[in-house]
This record gives sequence, structure tokens and C-alpha cells, in this order.
Amino acid sequence: MSMRLERFLPWLFVAAGIGCMALGALRGEVRILFEKAVNICLECVGIG
Amino acid sequence: MRHAVQALWAVCTNSYAVGFVEAKIYRGKLKNICLPGLNCYSCPGAVGACPIGALQAVMGSWKFSVSLYVAGFFMLVGAVLGRFVCGFLCPFGLVQDLLHKIPFPKKIRTFRGDRALRLLKYVILLVFVILLPLFAVDIIGQGAPAFCKYICPSGTLLGGWPLVLGNKPLQDLVGWLFAWKNVILITLLLLSIVIYRPFCRYLCPLGGIYAAFNRMALYRLHIDEAACIHCGKCAKACKMCVDPVKHPGHPECIRCGDCARVCPTQAIRMGFGRREKRGEGTKVV
Repeated sequence: MSMRLERFLPWLFVAAGIGCMALGALRGEVRILFEKAVNICLECVGIG
Repeated sequence: MRHAVQALWAVCTNSYAVGFVEAKIYRGKLKNICLPGLNCYSCPGAVGACPIGALQAVMGSWKFSVSLYVAGFFMLVGAVLGRFVCGFLCPFGLVQDLLHKIPFPKKIRTFRGDRALRLLKYVILLVFVILLPLFAVDIIGQGAPAFCKYICPSGTLLGGWPLVLGNKPLQDLVGWLFAWKNVILITLLLLSIVIYRPFCRYLCPLGGIYAAFNRMALYRLHIDEAACIHCGKCAKACKMCVDPVKHPGHPECIRCGDCARVCPTQAIRMGFGRREKRGEGTKVV
């Protein structure tokens, strides 16, 4: 891998990450995440 | 210093004290935000969302099969911090670190099969975090968070114990699944006394995700090759069995800094910094 690519690769992922988070939020994923997070997850605590 | 950061972070991200008193969870707006470490959102104190739980929740919903939001979060955090999250920002990592300090006659550093067993966390990531929530669905197309349900010890310790202890209706619902998860949790807690961070090494899917970014992450190990005298003290000090001089970007390195602390010539530095050109005397990866 060239040095230039090695230097820019993390920044590409930072940009891609921010972009994906924005797209995910726009299409309504955050609402699903929030609904799960604010109710007791019975699976997580071992009730099922 | 590292344990102080870990403890402070754990307290801040689990600061909903009312939750522990009344055996309930925080329901405020901060739960829209994922925390970087394995912090169960059903912990009574948790003020943010668990990224692995969030990934399973979105992928297991009938509406989406891919979570761009959580995938983007992993890319952002991974590219900036890599497994620094494991070393500094994970509450369950802190629990294992503290348990490992308990004296024991024969601590195990590594064993035959250790390297192969470390691949298990990638299998768990693929099967329990991705495939089962996607394909093992109920009649309306919803998948259960299989890793959270069958494996996650952080959820059992941080969520299960305080909620079940403080909530009578939940106590009446406890059954075989709770027993199974406690077997996993207690086994890992006991193993942590003998082996350093067994959950992080062998089972944690979140560690597996961040491990993929370790080599490129902006927060990294910098090795000054001119100062390094190849004494090997850093490799001996590493509890994750990494040789930082040979592999500063190793996927198993949790950026704990033990190697930098023992280096007699201060040839190892951790932090953000410009990736040097090859031949400038400092190796980064």
C-alpha cells in the first residue's frame, strides 16, 4: 500500500463513517435504535 | 492513570444513579447516541446506547437489513481510535483489568491454541451479531439480538444483576436463559483472574470490529527505530502477547501503554501524530 494511501485511508473512513451515520439517521434508523435503548431489553438482561 | 480514565468514563456513561436505586433505565434523548465500548443500554445507569445492541436492533427490525448509522459509527470510531476503545473506554474491559490484579499462583499469559481461539470473536461477530438477527426472524420478520441474548456478559453484569435484584416482577421471570448467561459471566470473571482479558481476546465482537481498524487508526503506536535497542521488554510486558516493535498496528493491541511504560529508551510513544515517511527512523505500522 503506498504511503499516500496509508495516510489518507483513516480520513476516508472518517468521512465515510460520518456520511453513513447521516444517511442512516435520515432514513430513520436512529428511531429504531432509540426505541430499543429506552425499553428494558429482556434478552440483554437474560430474561429472554 | 489508565484505570482512572476507564473508571471516570464508566461512571460518566453510567451516571443515571436513579436507575440503580429504582431498578429502571434512563429514557432520555442521549440514548440516541452510541457509546464506543460494550456498555449495555439496559444497565440502569447507562445514558447511551450499546453499539453492538444497536446494530442487532436495526438489522433485526423488519424495516432494515443493514444499519448505515451503526456501521458509520464503527468506521468513525475505528478509524480515529482503533482498539484504544478497548483499553480505555470499555466498562467490561475495566472489570477484567481489575480482576486480573487479584494475586493468583499461576497466571497464564498464553497457551497452545491461544492464537487460534482469538479468531472465535470474528465467528461470534458473523454468526450472533449479523446472521442470526438477519435470518432467524419471527413471524413478523423481526430478529432477536442473538449476541445480547445468549452471550453478552456485560449485559448480564451491568443490566441483569442490578435490574433483577431490584425489580420483583423481573425476578419472577428469571429462568434457564438467566442461568446460562450467569454461567458465561462468572466463568469469564474467574478466568480474568488467571488470563488477561479473556472476553476481549476470544469473544468480544466489538473488539473484533475495532481490531480491523487498528492498523490504520489515527491513534496509534509510534516506534522510534533509532532509539529502540531491541531488548524485548515491551513484548514481555504486553499482556495481549503482542510484539509492539514488530507489529505496532497489531489487531490484538488494546493501546494500554504497558509497552511504552517499560521501554528503557522511550522508543515507544502512543498518540495521534503524523504518519512518518519510511526511512525517517520511526516505524508506525
